[in-house]
Amino acid sequence: MDKVLFGDNQFFAVNHLSDEKSREQARRFKDAQSIMYVLDQAIDLGINTFMCTTHDRIAEITEIMRNNSGRYSRFNIFPCMPYAHKYANAVTELGPLGAMKQYLPGNIFSFAAKGGLALLNKDFSKFMEMLIDAELKMFRGINTPVIFIQNVLTDMILGLGANEVFAEYHAYIKKKYNAEPGYITMNMPKLLDVLESVGIENPVICSSINKVGFRMSGGRELYEEYLRNRTFRPVAMQVLAAGALRPKEAIDYLGQFPKIESVLFGASSKSHIRETKELIEAALS
Amino acid sequence: MIKTAVIGLGKMGLSHAAIVGAHPEAKLSAVCDTLSLMLSGVKQYNPSVSAYDDFNKMMEQETLDAVFVATPTKLHYRMVKAAIEKGIHVFCEKPFSLTLEQGRELVDLAAQHKVVNQVGYHNHFIGTFREMKRLLAKGIIGTPFHFTGEAYGPVVVRSKSGSWRSQAAEGGGCLFDYASHVLNLIQEVIGRPVSVKGTLLKKFYSREVEDAVFSSLILKNGLSGTLSVNWSDETYRKMSTSLMILGEKGKIICDATELKIYLKEENASEGLSKGWSIKYITDLALPVNFYLRGEEYSAQVDYFIENVKNRTPGNINTFEQALYTDSVIEMLIKDGKE
Repeated sequence: MDKVLFGDNQFFAVNHLSDEKSREQARRFKDAQSIMYVLDQAIDLGINTFMCTTHDRIAEITEIMRNNSGRYSRFNIFPCMPYAHKYANAVTELGPLGAMKQYLPGNIFSFAAKGGLALLNKDFSKFMEMLIDAELKMFRGINTPVIFIQNVLTDMILGLGANEVFAEYHAYIKKKYNAEPGYITMNMPKLLDVLESVGIENPVICSSINKVGFRMSGGRELYEEYLRNRTFRPVAMQVLAAGALRPKEAIDYLGQFPKIESVLFGASSKSHIRETKELIEAALS
Repeated sequence: MIKTAVIGLGKMGLSHAAIVGAHPEAKLSAVCDTLSLMLSGVKQYNPSVSAYDDFNKMMEQETLDAVFVATPTKLHYRMVKAAIEKGIHVFCEKPFSLTLEQGRELVDLAAQHKVVNQVGYHNHFIGTFREMKRLLAKGIIGTPFHFTGEAYGPVVVRSKSGSWRSQAAEGGGCLFDYASHVLNLIQEVIGRPVSVKGTLLKKFYSREVEDAVFSSLILKNGLSGTLSVNWSDETYRKMSTSLMILGEKGKIICDATELKIYLKEENASEGLSKGWSIKYITDLALPVNFYLRGEEYSAQVDYFIENVKNRTPGNINTFEQALYTDSVIEMLIKDGKE
C-alpha cells in the first residue's frame, strides 16, 4: 500500500465538523468533472491511490479513467463498500424488499432465476456475494488491490457477533477479485480480536488514529497498545480529528507507530494536498 | 448481564441489536422479525441469539430483562404493552404511539409496573444539543424572542413509494418520521409547545402522506417560533436537524456538528467572548465503548442499559416526553386539516 491514500469525503459532502461546510462542498463538487480536476492535481503531486466509497458518482470517475487508460493505467483505487446512505434511504422509502429489488444486480427475474429469496434464506453468503458484485461492478478494468468494507457494515457485523461473515468476505475478495480485503472500523481493538478469532492474520484495518482520541472506541490508550504490540496492517484515518488538530502536530503523532502503513486524508486544494502528503511521507519514513 | 431482545430488524433494530451485542453489560438473547432473510442470517452466523418470527412466541419462550421495540409505529402499542405487563423494561422507537389514548395507557402502565421506559429520540445524546440546553437553562441569551426548528433530508425524492412510511394510518409521513425529532428537541431544549397555528402539510412526491411540514408553534412560556421540516430535499446528503434561538442578549444556532453562539456582551462565567463563539462536536461528543453510526446511538443504549441495571427511572426520553411529542403531532394534523 502507498503511504498516502487520497480520500473522497470532501467530494461527497462528508464533513464531521460542520454540516454547513459539507453543503458548501456539495456545491463545489457538483459533478464528476470538478472531482476529476482535484484528483488530477493529486496525481500530478505523486499520489497514486484513491480510496473511495461506492457512491454513484464514482462510477462516472471510473468511466473517465477507463477512457483515458494511458494516464490512469497505474493508478489504484481502494473501493469502500457499501455507500450506506444509499441503502438506508432506499429502505426507508421502499422497505427492505423494495430496496433489494432496486439494488440487486440485474432485475428481479434474473435474481429469481439464480435461486432468489428461497436460496438466500438457506445461504446468506450467496446474498453477500451478490451484493459485493453489485457494488464492485463500477470498478471493472480498474486496479483495486485492496477492497474495504465500510465501517457502518464492519461494525454492525462486529456488534451482531456474525464473525464468520468476516471470514467469508475475506475469502471471497481474495478468490474472486484477487485483492487484499480491508476493514474500516470505529472499534479497532475489538475488530482485530474478532478477525484473529476467525483465522484472519495480519489484516488491513483502517481506523481513526489521532492524538485526541476522537472516534477511537475503547479509548486512545488501548489503540496505542494495539498499534505497538499487535500484528496487523494499520491505515490511519481521521488523523486531524475532523479538523480539531493542526496537520503538523496531528501527523507527527503518527510517527511514533512504525506499524502504520498508510494514512488516509482528503483535501480540496493543491497546496493542502501537497502539504499533507509531505508531512505524511516524513512521518512514516 | 441484562438479557435483551430486539423486535423488528429494520434500520434501527439492526443498529440496536449490534450495539446491545457489543455492550459489556447486556446480552443479545433474541431477535424477532417477519422477514425470513434477516432471521436466517442470524441463525446462520450467530446461533447464540434466538431468532423468532412470532412476537408472542418469543415472549412465551424467553426470559428477558429488556426489549427494544423497533417495529412500525402501529405495532408499538401491542408489543410495548405485552412487555410491560411481564415487567420487562422497554426501549421503544419513535414516534411512540399512533393514538394518544394508547400512548397514555402505556405511560400509566410503565409507571404502575415501574419499568424503565425510553424512546429513541437520539438527538438528546448529541453533545451539541445537550450543551445548547445547558446554556439556555443558564439564560445566556436573556429573554428569548424567537426560535426555529428545522430538519431536511432526502428520503422521498421521487414519486414512488412502497414502505409503511408512505401510509399515514401506519405512522408514516414526514410529520411522524422527521418532524417528530424536531418537535421533541424543541420541547425538551426550549420548551413545550401548547398550541400551533398556520400549519401546512405539503405533499410533493407522496400520494398518501405529507412530505413537508411548516407551522408556527407557541410554547408554554409564551415564546413562539417556526417549524420547517422537509424530507424531500435532496440537496441534503442525510437528515440534517437544527435549532436556532434568538434572545435579547444573543443567539444560539445548533446542529449535530456545531454549536454557534453569538453574544452581545462577553459571558465570563461561561468563557464566551463577545460576538461569535463556536463549539464543535469533537469536544462535546459523549464517549462510548462501541461506535456504530454516531455516538448518540450508542449513548442512548448505554443510558437505557445503565438505568435497567440500576433500576433507576431515567429522565431523558421517557414515554411521557414522547407522548407529549405525539400530542403536538396531533395538534399539527388537526391544524393542518382546517
